[in-house]
Amino acid sequence: MKKSWLAQAGLLAAVGLVLWYFASNTAQNLEARKIASGFAFLAREAGFEIGETSSIAYSAADTYLRALGVGLANTARVALAGILFATFLGTLVGLARLSPNWLLSKLAAGYVETVRNIPLLVQLFFWYTIISESLPGPEDALNPLPGVFLSNRGIFLPLPGDVPVLSGFNFSGGMALTPEFAALLIGLVTYTAGFIAEIVRAGVLSVPRGQVDAAYSMGLERRGALRYIILPQALRLIVPPMTSQYLNLTKNSSLAVAIGYPDLVSVANTTMNQTGQAIEGIAVIMAVYLTISLSISAFMNWYNRRIALRGAAR
Amino acid sequence: MKWLKENLFSSWPSGIATLVIVWLALAYLPPFFEWAFVDAIWRADDPRACRDAQGRGACWAFIGEKHRFILFGTYPFEQHWRPAAASLLLVLLWIISAMKIFWRWWLSLIWIAGLSVIGFLMWGGALGLPYVENERWGGLILTLILATFGCALAFPLAILLALGRRSSLPVVRALCVGCIELIRGVPLISVLFMASVMLPLFLPAGVTVDKLLRAQLALILFIAAYLAETVRGGLQAVPHHQYEAADALGLGYWKRTLFVILPQALRVSIPPLMNTFIALFKDTSLVLIIGLFDLLSTIKVSLQDPAWSGFGVEAYLFASAVYFVFCYAMSAYSQQLERDVASGVPRALRET
Repeated sequence: MKKSWLAQAGLLAAVGLVLWYFASNTAQNLEARKIASGFAFLAREAGFEIGETSSIAYSAADTYLRALGVGLANTARVALAGILFATFLGTLVGLARLSPNWLLSKLAAGYVETVRNIPLLVQLFFWYTIISESLPGPEDALNPLPGVFLSNRGIFLPLPGDVPVLSGFNFSGGMALTPEFAALLIGLVTYTAGFIAEIVRAGVLSVPRGQVDAAYSMGLERRGALRYIILPQALRLIVPPMTSQYLNLTKNSSLAVAIGYPDLVSVANTTMNQTGQAIEGIAVIMAVYLTISLSISAFMNWYNRRIALRGAAR
Repeated sequence: MKWLKENLFSSWPSGIATLVIVWLALAYLPPFFEWAFVDAIWRADDPRACRDAQGRGACWAFIGEKHRFILFGTYPFEQHWRPAAASLLLVLLWIISAMKIFWRWWLSLIWIAGLSVIGFLMWGGALGLPYVENERWGGLILTLILATFGCALAFPLAILLALGRRSSLPVVRALCVGCIELIRGVPLISVLFMASVMLPLFLPAGVTVDKLLRAQLALILFIAAYLAETVRGGLQAVPHHQYEAADALGLGYWKRTLFVILPQALRVSIPPLMNTFIALFKDTSLVLIIGLFDLLSTIKVSLQDPAWSGFGVEAYLFASAVYFVFCYAMSAYSQQLERDVASGVPRALRET
């Protein structure tokens, strides 16, 4: 017992020594390169524009802190929308894979295999190219549904009482999605849905056959059996892996930097390039993502306990 | 007829779904087929032929024109056979490692020999091969190298982290949990940024680590954290009586772990390990963001040639196809393994 404590103290000392070595080198290097340290830069004027400022008013004269806030809001916007749509699409595809209809289940299987075996970054570039290069300009925008316009300037959706209209060189009114946001959202949703579909399928398959037979023998149709018997039981198995998919989607939204959507990582990257304060920039990114990761896991753990408890009480 | 009725028209909703799918296929497949094959430009000496057909037919000539750069990056042109041979050799090594008859101790010797030959081919500098510094490596071989060394070096690290996380020593456990959760909580990009901008600051002035090595280090660390959780799952699946039996035999911690626990734990975690490896292969594409010339990066750079710009859809479809071939092969293999493992695992393990 005594020996193991000694060994642990030694390990701790070694780790401390390495960290101290790195820290002292860093201090020297920063001094040699005349780079400031500390977070004072957050209060300074950012001096760069951000293409998308949906929820927070921002101009180049605002501070770095505000710029990072805009980035964070953009990350939250795409991640929340992504989680919502990916859950919906993934559940549909997962159920389709289990459908007795041969064509439908093969189609769903093909979809899952395709999106899961191609890197997300390739898919993002693909969607971005489709939107920004292959779609027509606003004057001849595609109009698949009334009020919905697809053009190389972005995607325009109608809101109640506010339909997009072509004015000048672009649309105004309605809800406008920039090409970057649209590509990122489509890419994240289709990619993550492939993984969610597999989770849903595994969850449904985990429900014992007897439960399904019992549901049918009680006269429930396939839909009713799914809704009242299978899904509630499958949910318990689905929630934990689903949590990690939500976390993955949020972390993957950082690939925005590659297609120019101003998310947190992208804004922090610009900040790092301008101020040279890489350590602080990366610290901000890591702190924010760690906070998001830990809070999503905490929430999902709470939700998991709640559905588990209700099942046990019955 | 019976098959049709049972599988496509078993009920009203099913029948409607079938009709909708068939209608969509009839509406969209023929135009796509025409674009991708019938009206496509397969060979062209200058991009004008492609420009004329743009919108109607795909320009696969773009891939033909740029294939050397896409596959080999900025490697000296007349030396392209070297990365080509190295890529083939690396893929060959993967294939023989997948075959069970090669699962012997001497497989590691084959790998060491194979990797030495690859290193020699890529760097050169002897036997009449001119030296090529690794800043000029690029394309497919870079993706393969990043993935191979990522797997090979992350794996032992992951085992150590997983064992550390289950250790009875609180300091070791805390350090391992901290490492794993920190890395799993942040996006890969931030780890890559850390390696590319922060690592040089950590080292004494004058000491430099080259960019490729830094990216490789980041990938190893990142993937090790994920692999560690997979291995931990396997460790948890080993029944407790196996530990007790090993203790009763008088084995110490390392002997017990090496000869009793790990072989069983790794066996059950093979399928999830394969999934993590596939994820690593896909994640290598992110090195593009810190400016390394992997396969995706060379494709993106090819598109910046003004003469050939505007063929992004074709280029990314090609990239998708290449990645798909590798990832699909791995996932098909992993499903095969999963069936083998399921049939080979002792009952006691299967029931837990």
